[in-house]
Amino acid sequence: MTSPLLRVANLRTWFHVGARTAKAVDGVSFGIAEGRTLGLIGESGCGKSVTALSVMGLIDSPGRLEEGSSIEYAGRQLVGMPEREIRTIRGSEIGMIFQEPMSSLNPVYTVGAQIAEAFRAHRDVSRGEARTRAIEMLRLVGIANPEKRVDSFPHEMSGGMRQRVMIASALACEPKLLIADEPTTALDVTIQAQIIALIDELRERLNMAVLLITHDLGVVGQVADEVAVMYAGRIVETGSVDDLFENPQHPYTEALLASIPRIGMSRDRPLKVVGGTVPSPFAWPPACRFADRCEYAFDRCHREEPGLFQVGTQRSACWLCEGGTREASHRMVEPTVRTSP
Amino acid sequence: MSEPILSGHRLKKHFPVRGGFFGRAAGTLRAVDGVDLEVMPGETLGIVGESGCGKSTLGRVALGLLPPTSGEVRFEGRDINRMGRSARKTLRGDMQIVFQDPVGSLDPRMTVRQTVTEGLLIHDVSSRREREQRVVEMLGRVGLDSTCLDRYPHEFSGGQRQRIGIARALVLRPRFLVADEPVSALDVSVQSQVLNLLVELKNEMRLTYLFIAHNLAVVGYISDRVAVMYLGTVVEQAPSALLYERPLHPYTMALLSAVPQAHASGRRKPIVLQGDVPSPVDPPSGCRFRTRCPIAQQVCADVEPPLVEHAPGHLAACHFPGESMPNAAVRAIG
Ligand SMILES: Nc1ncnc2c1ncn2[C@@H]1O[C@H](COP(=O)(O)OP(=O)(O)O)[C@@H](O)[C@H]1O
Ligand SMILES: Nc1ncnc2c1ncn2[C@@H]1O[C@H](COP(=O)(O)OP(=O)(O)O)[C@@H](O)[C@H]1O
Ligand code: SF4
Ligand SMILES: [Mg+2]
Ligand SMILES: [Mg+2]
Repeated sequence: MTSPLLRVANLRTWFHVGARTAKAVDGVSFGIAEGRTLGLIGESGCGKSVTALSVMGLIDSPGRLEEGSSIEYAGRQLVGMPEREIRTIRGSEIGMIFQEPMSSLNPVYTVGAQIAEAFRAHRDVSRGEARTRAIEMLRLVGIANPEKRVDSFPHEMSGGMRQRVMIASALACEPKLLIADEPTTALDVTIQAQIIALIDELRERLNMAVLLITHDLGVVGQVADEVAVMYAGRIVETGSVDDLFENPQHPYTEALLASIPRIGMSRDRPLKVVGGTVPSPFAWPPACRFADRCEYAFDRCHREEPGLFQVGTQRSACWLCEGGTREASHRMVEPTVRTSP
Repeated sequence: MSEPILSGHRLKKHFPVRGGFFGRAAGTLRAVDGVDLEVMPGETLGIVGESGCGKSTLGRVALGLLPPTSGEVRFEGRDINRMGRSARKTLRGDMQIVFQDPVGSLDPRMTVRQTVTEGLLIHDVSSRREREQRVVEMLGRVGLDSTCLDRYPHEFSGGQRQRIGIARALVLRPRFLVADEPVSALDVSVQSQVLNLLVELKNEMRLTYLFIAHNLAVVGYISDRVAVMYLGTVVEQAPSALLYERPLHPYTMALLSAVPQAHASGRRKPIVLQGDVPSPVDPPSGCRFRTRCPIAQQVCADVEPPLVEHAPGHLAACHFPGESMPNAAVRAIG
């Protein structure tokens, strides 16, 4: 396997609030190769956005990347790099899109001006050239009439169109890595499908690596190659999307998958419920962080923290996986439905 | 065959759109534009569609919270918009609603006790002791203990707030409940808790639900029958299983293809529709879906397809029902 474009190792991003410390991201490692999509999933509050912001170099006080954290991008260490240098990478080689395009677009500038600005920040081009580039990008992301739309203001566009503009702006410099943090969460189903298809098409065309953060397992299932499941500041399971969805090894992954209603299920069979709540980042449980909510937990889980065990093509941080593959007892019965198309 | 508990006939709800100078009426927004509705006692009818298609408006019209522009709503055979005051008050106790937003729908200055008791006061549940008893019992049923009574909404998580909203709606022992996107704002693990709770309560209290959501998997899971809405109209309606197995309308097919399919074998190639939903102020001629429909023909622009029954209980409004999608619309992903 080629060495990944992005390699994050033992990332720990802590927030020092008064005398207390929120260990939002607490020892996260993953890699993404060119042209591949890694889906990062998990419930809210588990540290997905903080992971993304860390990679972008956007963590401010009281947050800090702790000693030993490593973010290697194209062979360069980003942790500790001077802000001036990071800025040349951010937006140019690493693009980012967020959940709410309205709050990341400036309401008083036209969308064309904003895309042009993103481009001019990193390329030595004239205003005219930047405008041409903005029109080109709007066309690339599928906005009809880009010559006209370039002069529109964000509020004159629908949510789906604004998200396209965000993507146009993030991709204006043809980044090699795209970080998309819940890019479709605020959008309607059919618009969500458009945006996901667009990101995937652009990934292929530009051979980008994509970090796709979402809590929507359906979205991950459609486009990701690999998946990393986060829980309480850690990655608890990784694997190819097919293997991980087919045979989840970590009880948290299993529970997540079994808690969503799926096509073909009826209310006669209750959905799986994960009891309790995500613990606080100010006081993670001392051993396995999922132990209090895990139906399989035994005494060791409350005493010792499991490492990531290799199980087949997956890796799972659960004591039950220490000796190899765990047969999930709640394997979903496949609904046998014929579907068109 | 029993009588529907709730029925609506050719329901329309239009809103005037003001614009231009002097706020003159500039047009009409057709939020709900000719919907027939029949909900049987004990049934769950699901309403699914993208935002703005008229789901909430239909829910409010069904409850009598909004008068329809035309058409009538009958609850147990009686026109709810032509009732005297006291009959209406009784009706309010029989029909309740749970909202999507567990934050905005609870008054932040009221304790849980006050919030849940309010309905009982309005409906003159006489003794203080009886009210207290019913509130505690109802909270227990939704999984909240009496230590919650004197706390305020902000002290609770999203899932717990939704439970409070459900307790408030059900404390009057209604027979009909509109659940308007009750789990859309919740994390998946909390969503499953609330869905399970709604199913349990429905069985225990013999409720009838009108369940609104934008996620077809969620709606299909809880509903006996599902109506798919697009731009103020119902484009397809069927028993849940039938809708999944044999969708007839291209819009339903597109929604289905976008639904979470967590298992590899069940995953589908998404059907990607072009463009945005048109404005309900100026819907397209003929079939309202035709501007985004991958299989539209000339007839679709000329003639509005009626909602026709193709199999028992399976209705669709399309000139080419069940036709398969062209490859261009089906994006090969992954
Ligand atoms: N600036 C901050 N100060 C203190 N805590 C923070 C800050 N930003 C994020 N956190 C905490 O970090 C945890 C992870 O947050 P986040 O990465 O946003 O989760 P996710 O994106 O998975 O929902 C949360 O508990 C959050 O409260
Ligand atoms: N009180 C109102 N005045 C004017 N327009 C309204 C009003 N309520 C809803 N609408 C419009 O009616 C349409 C349907 O809205 P709604 O029923 O809320 O849709 P949904 O619940 O499916 O998202 C939307 O275009 C919305 O903007
Ligand atoms: S009537 Fe025509 S435009 Fe409408 S859904 Fe059917 S094929 Fe598409
Ligand atoms: Mg986040
Ligand atoms: Mg609504």
